[in-house]
Amino acid sequence: MKTKKLINDGARAVEEMLVGILAAHGRHLHAVEGSPRSIVARSGPRPGKVGLVIGGGSGHEPSFLGFVGKGLADACAVGNVFASPPPDPIVGAAKAASGGAGVLFMYGNYAGDVMNFDMAAELLALDDVEVRTVLSTDDIASAPFDQKQKRRGVAGNFFIFKAAGAACDKMLSFDECERIARKANDHTYTVGVALAPCSLPQTLRPNFEIGADEMEIGMGIHGEPGVQRGPLRPADEVVDDMLDRILAEMNPSCGDRVAVLVNSLGSTSLMELYIVNRRIAVRLADIGVGAHATWVGNYCTSLEMAGASITLHRLDGELQAMLDHPCDCAMFRAG
Amino acid sequence: MAIDTTGLKAMFVAIAKAIEADKDRLCMLDGAIGDADHGIAMALGFAAARDAVAGLDATSHPTDVFNTAAKSFLNAVGASSGPLYATAFMRAGAAAKGKAELSDADFVAAFQAMAQGIRDRGKAEPGDKTMIDAWLPAAAAAGEAILQGKSAPDALNAATAAAANGAEATKAMVATMGRSARLGDRSIGHVDPGAASAVTVIDAMARSLGD
Repeated sequence: MKTKKLINDGARAVEEMLVGILAAHGRHLHAVEGSPRSIVARSGPRPGKVGLVIGGGSGHEPSFLGFVGKGLADACAVGNVFASPPPDPIVGAAKAASGGAGVLFMYGNYAGDVMNFDMAAELLALDDVEVRTVLSTDDIASAPFDQKQKRRGVAGNFFIFKAAGAACDKMLSFDECERIARKANDHTYTVGVALAPCSLPQTLRPNFEIGADEMEIGMGIHGEPGVQRGPLRPADEVVDDMLDRILAEMNPSCGDRVAVLVNSLGSTSLMELYIVNRRIAVRLADIGVGAHATWVGNYCTSLEMAGASITLHRLDGELQAMLDHPCDCAMFRAG
Repeated sequence: MAIDTTGLKAMFVAIAKAIEADKDRLCMLDGAIGDADHGIAMALGFAAARDAVAGLDATSHPTDVFNTAAKSFLNAVGASSGPLYATAFMRAGAAAKGKAELSDADFVAAFQAMAQGIRDRGKAEPGDKTMIDAWLPAAAAAGEAILQGKSAPDALNAATAAAANGAEATKAMVATMGRSARLGDRSIGHVDPGAASAVTVIDAMARSLGD
């Protein structure tokens, strides 16, 4: 059976979405002339500033282009649904973001993204644009700790990009921006849970099968299988399972501070997300960890997938300053 | 036989048609161990390549066909298959450089360059449960057939059979590359979708040469 979507033509879904986004957010965003999949901040890129380019497949809105704006990313390359953008729009985004001080590529660790962004970096090197890459690997359920470099990047991108964007906006050196980006990634821990699949606009078929009474912990944001499938349990028990995995690796001490992100995978309601956050707040209070700031809502979705992810971003003075630095993006504002 | 620009254009028409017909099966295979979009990406890429090479004029050489296919495939798709097939066609273009038409041996050399390009770009090794498990045996079989004095169509038929065996063998493998790597042992029992689509591509190339 086909799923229901409010679209015109699955093959044109990304193009039509982009037209709508630029119509709504023209104050923040514009497309590079002749490169409609390269989306640039109207305010942000400037001489002497390290340019921050993010990107990835569509279907994760507001990731990634919603985080383009002053104080965060300078530009974004937009791919097809769940597919890395090809090198050309990445090159277009990088040239628009470049202020002569280097360009930082930041995106989730997926084989396709790595190949396309690396090809773009090779092309940019021919034009004397220096590119460095920091991959996000915050999904701790996607590979064990000793294979951290294989982990994929998911909703924790929000904190990782935020820290890097602040560093770039503060006009820090290329080395410093890169260091802070890597540190932010090392301080970010995400676990997701999926309750129901999504469907791609081109297929209108569920992209994985899951029983009506089942959930899967650790499932990826493209439906990649997770670490544990079982019967759906009450929210508190599910949150405990997810948080236990995060805390086991983060190993916080009493008095530590974190920032919290409770993210919907698409169709899970704010009501459910706040129920999840209620349990997170109790658990953090129990161990004496302070929540410096909390965001709840749609930050990195998987089309209409049902489920949520929890991200903790462990703060120190430096990362807190980066988090608190103001930003003004198309779909996110802070400070 | 000699394969010229017209023949290569017809080959891209044949591949695009075969992949379009196979799209749903490839998406299903990908749904079992990946994100269910492999058929979409491949159909999009080969349709773009077919249309782009169709626009080349009569003065174009085989190398232009391969390079045009590479660029159009890449920019239509991105994803993983974009860089992999784009690199394959760029290498075929390099192998065909300076030739107005390809002899049987030239064509098989270009075919082998495609496999090597995929291997270099994706950095997968045999046994990693990727399209390499179809492409490498296919390239070896085609090379062996040419050494034995067989024609390019026969060499590509041998390549198709070797690719099919290679794809079938991916069922028993544990994925270590790409999204399905996250499955570990749970990937066993499923054919790798990239290997499956490689068989479709190579088979369409063989049939097109035989026409």
